[in-house]
Amino acid sequence: MTVLQVEGLAKSFGGVAAVQGVSFAVEAGHLLALIGPNGAGKTTCFNMLNGQLAPDRGSVRLDGREIVGLKPRQIWRLGVGRTFQITATFGSMTVRENVQVALISHHRRTLGLWPRARDLYRAEAEALLARVGMADQAERAAAVLAYGDLKRLELAVALANTPRLLLMDEPTAGMAPRERVELMALVAGIVRVEGIAVLFTEHDMDVVFAHADRIIVLNRGELIADGVPAQVRADPRVQQVYLGGGTTFGHG
Amino acid sequence: MTLATFVIQLLNGLAGASSLFLVAAGLSLIFGVTRIVNFAHGSFFMVGIYIAYTLTESFGRGSALGFWASVLAAAVAVGALGFVVEILLLRRIYKAPELFQLLATFGLVLVIKDATLAIWGPEDLLGPRAPGLRGAVSILGRPFPEYDLVLIAIGPLVLGLLWLVLNRTRFGVLVRAATQDRDMVAALGVNQAWLFTGVFALGAALAGLGGALQVPREPAQLFLDITVISDAFVVVVVGGLGSIPGAFLAALLIGEIKALCIGLGDVSFGGFEISFSKLTLVVEFIVMAIVLVVRPWGLLGRPGGEPRHAAATEPPLRPLHGYLKLAAAGLGAALLVLPVATDGYVLVLLIDIFVFALFAVSLHFLMGPGGMVSFGHAAYFGLGAYGAALLVLRAGLPMETTIVLGPLVALAGGLLFGWFVVRLSGVYLAMLTLAFAQIVWSVAFQWDSFTGGSNGLIGLWPPAWLASKSAFYHVTLILCVVAIVALRHLVFAPFGAVLRAGRDSPLRADAIGIDVRRHQWFAFALIGGFAGLAGVLHAFSKGSISPETLAIARSVDGLVMVLLGGVQTLTGPVVGAAVLTWLQDEIARRVEFWRAILGGVIILLVIAFPQGIVGFIRGRFMREVT
Ligand SMILES: Nc1ncnc2c1ncn2[C@@H]1O[C@H](COP(=O)(O)OP(=O)(O)OP(=O)(O)O)[C@@H](O)[C@H]1O
Ligand SMILES: [Mg+2]
Repeated sequence: MTVLQVEGLAKSFGGVAAVQGVSFAVEAGHLLALIGPNGAGKTTCFNMLNGQLAPDRGSVRLDGREIVGLKPRQIWRLGVGRTFQITATFGSMTVRENVQVALISHHRRTLGLWPRARDLYRAEAEALLARVGMADQAERAAAVLAYGDLKRLELAVALANTPRLLLMDEPTAGMAPRERVELMALVAGIVRVEGIAVLFTEHDMDVVFAHADRIIVLNRGELIADGVPAQVRADPRVQQVYLGGGTTFGHG
Repeated sequence: MTLATFVIQLLNGLAGASSLFLVAAGLSLIFGVTRIVNFAHGSFFMVGIYIAYTLTESFGRGSALGFWASVLAAAVAVGALGFVVEILLLRRIYKAPELFQLLATFGLVLVIKDATLAIWGPEDLLGPRAPGLRGAVSILGRPFPEYDLVLIAIGPLVLGLLWLVLNRTRFGVLVRAATQDRDMVAALGVNQAWLFTGVFALGAALAGLGGALQVPREPAQLFLDITVISDAFVVVVVGGLGSIPGAFLAALLIGEIKALCIGLGDVSFGGFEISFSKLTLVVEFIVMAIVLVVRPWGLLGRPGGEPRHAAATEPPLRPLHGYLKLAAAGLGAALLVLPVATDGYVLVLLIDIFVFALFAVSLHFLMGPGGMVSFGHAAYFGLGAYGAALLVLRAGLPMETTIVLGPLVALAGGLLFGWFVVRLSGVYLAMLTLAFAQIVWSVAFQWDSFTGGSNGLIGLWPPAWLASKSAFYHVTLILCVVAIVALRHLVFAPFGAVLRAGRDSPLRADAIGIDVRRHQWFAFALIGGFAGLAGVLHAFSKGSISPETLAIARSVDGLVMVLLGGVQTLTGPVVGAAVLTWLQDEIARRVEFWRAILGGVIILLVIAFPQGIVGFIRGRFMREVT
């Protein structure tokens, strides 16, 4: 079943065409990798999908419903979770509180004046943290976490509203190679069980080829390839971009 | 208004704009490079006019050369003062959070004010008129002072000179680079320290020049520091932080609009009497409010040009530890039985402390968890006080009901102003709160028939059962404690947690479904209500209120209390309020130059304890406790 359907998405910044007419779709229970060199337009794509940037042209449909023009917080309520390339967490709160705030918002209790936030949805928050391997860090301040742990926390937060679609911008950046593969294996597990659709970007080709069901390749804002890993790996244009750019493929 | 008066008013506006531009250009330059919002900039203007007074009295009466040399010498002297200030004070605090820098420069305001008082005395001093420019020229048959024509020319002249310096010298290249990207200059291996010193001295000299040029036009007065700094802030914010052409444009705009308001006087539109001359006190703030709402980064500023929030992330909040709770309860109990043991004076002081503790805690809620620094918190204190006073005096309501209704008036004010305020952030947000506070102040100050104008309202006595000092003391204590505990509780409630989330990362908050602005808006209004309660209690404890109740000085007091106690702690504002209220009362009674002492204490505190008093104690002794 198609969860996300993107057509003709485009965005320019001044003279720079960051994304030009990109179309693709993500199925429930599948992982779609969006790869491309630095500055290819991957983050810009993400920002348009979750409503942070208004596209110049194109349409984004979630379960058939057009979501262009909606605000990020509205899109989140429709079941889109997101992790950021540069992590965005609540530094003055503990790891658990970070997740609790997401749960409070999910249950629409943000205007609550009486209960203590730290007592609300505690078990749920801990279950989410356990899932991403952060249970033992629940009491630590988010501000002091290592980068890889921040990425895990972001994932827990993104899962808090049982999303239909997960957007992950470089979810394993800053992790050791083994951690990366483990984290993506974990995501893949959750995704298959719950039927979530995932779109992720990643510079580590080991991770990409190990877990992506399909791969799309962006270069200078244009989609140059779309297919299963073996097809993409064999695509001469893709090889050109990556070899030309000095980046080599890992072996999947 | 005839064409002639219109033209004369336009020219008056231009003349007024020149000095304003000089001060604002200096402020903007300093901000652009050092990212310091220099509260003491108005003080530099004031010192400029005083020094110019002394010099022109001696050398500028007879010869034009002596006069202009005196004016320039005054500017240079103020520049030297800026040089010294930068080296002795600012150098030590560039790394401190921006609010502490503001606090330190405010300490400087107090010190400079008392130094000026000590040197020149309290009387207004009007200097000589400029030799050779004492007459007037006739413009459309009306006289216009020759000196003002020269002033009109000086504005663009200085703008041109600044442009040359900024675009044609190495110093200028560095200044521009630093304004755009501070780290880049550091990377270029430039000696940042001297660049900052140079810019600060230049900015101070510009302010001093702005003051010195006013010598023949207005007397040197001790309140100029505050009026000038608020005007200069407005100009800088309207023009766009860090933009000198923006400052010029904004100074012209505001100078002209003010002059036109004076020129229009009282006009009646179909039965409605509109007093434009009364508008002059607020018109610049109205202009600023409009500009900020339409173009939040100012006329010629760039989006994102405002300072980053330099404050370090605070550690996760934890509820008070068991034995601290016990200690707080013990203190409360002791305060409850205190009236048995002491005299009236101590009770009066304590009532003040309770009221200001609530005021400071409410401001802290906005600044800390809410992430909104208000420079105009006195507005809500004053709305509560005036609301209650007017309900008692004009509507004949009993005092008891106004304890509820007064705060509601303030809450309504917060709801109205907050809607605009939460659209901005950082310094711009602070400036807009200041603008609204000035508007409220000017209404209270000028509406003689309703608010009592500058005299305020008198005869606000509590009913018989509250007439004794100790009864009023108890009521104040209980209400303030309940309100403070409620605010504390709110910080930990979902609403408070969501506000903290929005402050820490608006991006993440938005991405998990939180409407940050809406929550900030509610918080702003709610906090207005709490500040209003403090205002109501203040009004009835004094028996009278005046526009002072909601003047800038009160807002600044609130900021000082919060920062003194420590913005990252919840107990800090209470301690800060107690210390400041006590200091003000104690020193003011005993010492002549109490402001200088207070200012000196503030400066020392900022240098010694950049986390505030409670923050310091916590960091030092109770890492894991509060
Ligand atoms: N807000 C912006 N304003 C101007 N240009 C932008 C903006 N955001 C992105 N760009 C430009 O758009 C292009 C695409 O950037 P984007 O961040 O989407 O790339 P990316 O594929 O995510 O790169 P990376 O792998 O480094 O994260 C770049 O040239 C970038 O400089
Ligand atoms: Mg990116």
